[in-house]
Amino acid sequence: MKPYPSLYLSTPDLPRRRFVQGLVAGGVLLGLSSIAKPGWAGAVERAGSSAPVLTGTEFDLVVAESPVNFTGNPRMATTINGSIPAPTLRMREGDTVTIRVTNKLRVSTSVHWHGIILPYQMDGVPGISYKGIAPGETFTYRFKVGQSGTYWYHSHSGFQEQTGMYGAIVIEPAAGDRIRADRDYVVQLSDWTDEDPMRVLSKLKVQSDYYNFNEPTAPDFFRDVSRNGFRAALDKRKMWNEMRMSPTDLADISAYTYTYLMNGNAPDGNWTGLFRPGERVRLRFVSSGTQSFFDVRIPGLKMSVVQTDGQDVEPVTVDEFRCGPGETYDVIVEPRDDAYTIFAQSMDRTGYARGTLAVREGLSAAVPSLDKVEWLSMADMMGAMGAMGGGMGGMSHGGMAMDHSKHAMPEMQGMQGMPMAGEMAVPSSKVRHAKTEYGPSTDMRVDMPRMNLDDPGIGLRNNGRRVLTLADLHTIGGPLDSRGPEREIELHLTGNMERYTWSLDGLEFGKSTPVHFRHGERLRVILHNDTMMTHPMHLHGMWSEMESPDGHFQARRHTIPVQPAQRISFLVNADAPGRWAWHCHLLYHMDAGMFREVVVA
Amino acid sequence: MMNIQIKLLAALIAALSANPAWAQTDAAADAMPGMDPSIMGQGAMPGMDPGTMDQGAMPAMDHSKMNHGAMPDTSTAQPDMNHAMSGSMEGMQGMDPGEMNMQGGPAPADARDPHAYSGGYTLESGPYSRPGPRELRFADEHNFGALLVDRLEWTHANGGNNATAYDIQGWFGRDYDRLVVKAEGDVAKGKLEEARTELLWGHAIATFWDTQLGVRYDSGAGPDRGWLALGVQGLAPYWFEVDAAAYVGDEGRTALRLGAEYELLLTQNLILQPRIELNAYGKSDEARGIGSGLSEAQAGVRLRYEFTRQFAPYIGIERASKFGQTADLARADGEKAGETRWVAGVRFWF
Repeated sequence: MKPYPSLYLSTPDLPRRRFVQGLVAGGVLLGLSSIAKPGWAGAVERAGSSAPVLTGTEFDLVVAESPVNFTGNPRMATTINGSIPAPTLRMREGDTVTIRVTNKLRVSTSVHWHGIILPYQMDGVPGISYKGIAPGETFTYRFKVGQSGTYWYHSHSGFQEQTGMYGAIVIEPAAGDRIRADRDYVVQLSDWTDEDPMRVLSKLKVQSDYYNFNEPTAPDFFRDVSRNGFRAALDKRKMWNEMRMSPTDLADISAYTYTYLMNGNAPDGNWTGLFRPGERVRLRFVSSGTQSFFDVRIPGLKMSVVQTDGQDVEPVTVDEFRCGPGETYDVIVEPRDDAYTIFAQSMDRTGYARGTLAVREGLSAAVPSLDKVEWLSMADMMGAMGAMGGGMGGMSHGGMAMDHSKHAMPEMQGMQGMPMAGEMAVPSSKVRHAKTEYGPSTDMRVDMPRMNLDDPGIGLRNNGRRVLTLADLHTIGGPLDSRGPEREIELHLTGNMERYTWSLDGLEFGKSTPVHFRHGERLRVILHNDTMMTHPMHLHGMWSEMESPDGHFQARRHTIPVQPAQRISFLVNADAPGRWAWHCHLLYHMDAGMFREVVVA
Repeated sequence: MMNIQIKLLAALIAALSANPAWAQTDAAADAMPGMDPSIMGQGAMPGMDPGTMDQGAMPAMDHSKMNHGAMPDTSTAQPDMNHAMSGSMEGMQGMDPGEMNMQGGPAPADARDPHAYSGGYTLESGPYSRPGPRELRFADEHNFGALLVDRLEWTHANGGNNATAYDIQGWFGRDYDRLVVKAEGDVAKGKLEEARTELLWGHAIATFWDTQLGVRYDSGAGPDRGWLALGVQGLAPYWFEVDAAAYVGDEGRTALRLGAEYELLLTQNLILQPRIELNAYGKSDEARGIGSGLSEAQAGVRLRYEFTRQFAPYIGIERASKFGQTADLARADGEKAGETRWVAGVRFWF
């Protein structure tokens, strides 16, 4: 399947061709000091390689520009210790680690330890935690590692995460690992563009569907007419046309400019993890795509999901799972054949990252074709109401039951003050849009959200495979704190796709005020998605303990993907004094202003 | 020249102070809630339905349907716009109630205060805030800009009437407030025939709509004219791009201009674009060959191939007509009142 028509001519503006399969020996050009040297022919053969591993309590990281070539066009990347991904840092729970980060760029940089609980000054967000790391400077991070599992780190400055600054962190549990495995691989997924990321954002500001080549066309319409009749074809498009929104707006940035990487290897680079038949292989998936959700599967193998965001979960066996920017998932597989493809297609079905599990180097298995692009559904647009209207029987569990509209619950009206504990047992379903959601910064509001967690999401529904959903995730050991929430706050995820503005409560960061958590309180946060995109929401410094629509603990996360028209709640122990970042982990949404500061005091 | 500019500036200031709604974000949005569901989309352009957007629709766009009554005099522009708005609002009654609430509209009285969780702290003040001015700024506080050459074309009409036409729009600024420059005109036989250049402040008032306030300057054949401009530009339901403006000039001159475009995707790269433009004047300006009332209209289709999103050559056909007194003036000048043109050009932006 061709993701889009293949005829592209060079123009003065875009003198590039796309090599979605990438290069076999792509990536960082080791031993080359300049991109002026004759291309990638001289690059060190690194097909199928992984990031280097650093172990211990002292780490030295150097941020610098390095020449890379993922597509046939040499480019400069921002790298840590000269590799993409950056070195995997292996630590031990209980140790105090010292990490010296030296900036050899011409601009300021930073490193954020994603999902690690630490003092706010060590969190690595310029302008909030510290000043950032100026050119030529070395900043020393020092913190006690009080957790275990799979995490990652990345730059929090500008678009440096897009241009190569991300790596994995693996923390061994002090008391030995509950998860037994014979092999252990980090599988880091990411996206690469040859374009200047700021230019990408600038293009999206001019034409938000710049990278979408799956827009509905007139011939599609006539095909629907001949299949389903004129009325049905018209009805299918009515809402989209009236609301001026695209049913295929699945991932603002597509394979038109992206090459998807697995451990820094383009698909043809074929990263390979070796095993012996019968072994238990642990794959630590780290989703580091800046703007890409990946749908991961290994045809022929069941995956047992044992951990997410570094937290062990009750194992659940699936064929496929979706992981968005910021999330991590650890799975156990037990391969027996010679070779299996690890297939991670982008959510918009324009491309994929790919690697192989094999008994020896040089093997490969069949690579599946990309799934068909699906239109967003009524449930994605209108939540529970859309699910009802669209006749989606599967949506009926949580969403329908909870679906008292604002009129149905008059007793909730006066919930401004301190409610009783009993009232807090269940997350409020009363939708309260911010008054700043009624202007140019938003393009839709959902009055009857869906609250169920058992929807795998657009493109994964009823695909014949067992797909992981948030409802499957149960963190072993329960919540950190048995206290119920003392209060509830509600934050709406908002945006205007046409203008390409992204915000929370209709306010971009520049117009916002911080969200205040009282030190020591346990509170409930409700995220209500008033957009048609899935947003992986990442709260720094404290865990997000996700709950079910009826208020039961589900899973401890650092990044929670909130689907279109969905309303999800989580509890937070506000035990980390300081200022913290809280944002959508789609980098271009964050950079457009979908970002809040949290003050714990 | 200088005199005109000073007068325009004075008029601009007068208009701003006379109509505070335009100077205030919320007030403007509240004052024009119906702006969003298309002023001109359904009412004024029945022929523009995407389903009927074929060659056959073009005759329907022709002058005969566009009598003077359809283009109100500038003095009555505002009431007439309101009328059009309420009309389209009525048209929306047939929708599901849920749809009505999903976009736009005024905030209810009990809408949540987005700053209620701040505890009185700000990004610059309160515990643990960093000293000095705020360091963290995202794209919402950066300026962006673009220059779209929507049409740069060579036109050929019967009788050897060849010309070069341009239609350019550029902007620079933020998401919701920006400087907008529009330039449209044509050159024939090496001479600038007609040119309209506008310098505007674009301000977002609704999800898909910006108001544009500024000045317009006409040059070319005849004496130059300066105008004060007040318009709206945006996207009407069913993806009609609409650009409408009212103008006030010297000596009681008034004008109205309406442009609308639609993009029909034949493939992801091959796009058929119907386009209309109407101009009306409140007062004759014989020196520029303009009569009062609806003076001229253009309706055409262009078929472009986007080699990239930013570069697309096209071909098309367009009917341009003059009406009423304007047509008489043209005929008296030995010109034809209407002509059909073939066009070929490029659309590009950067």
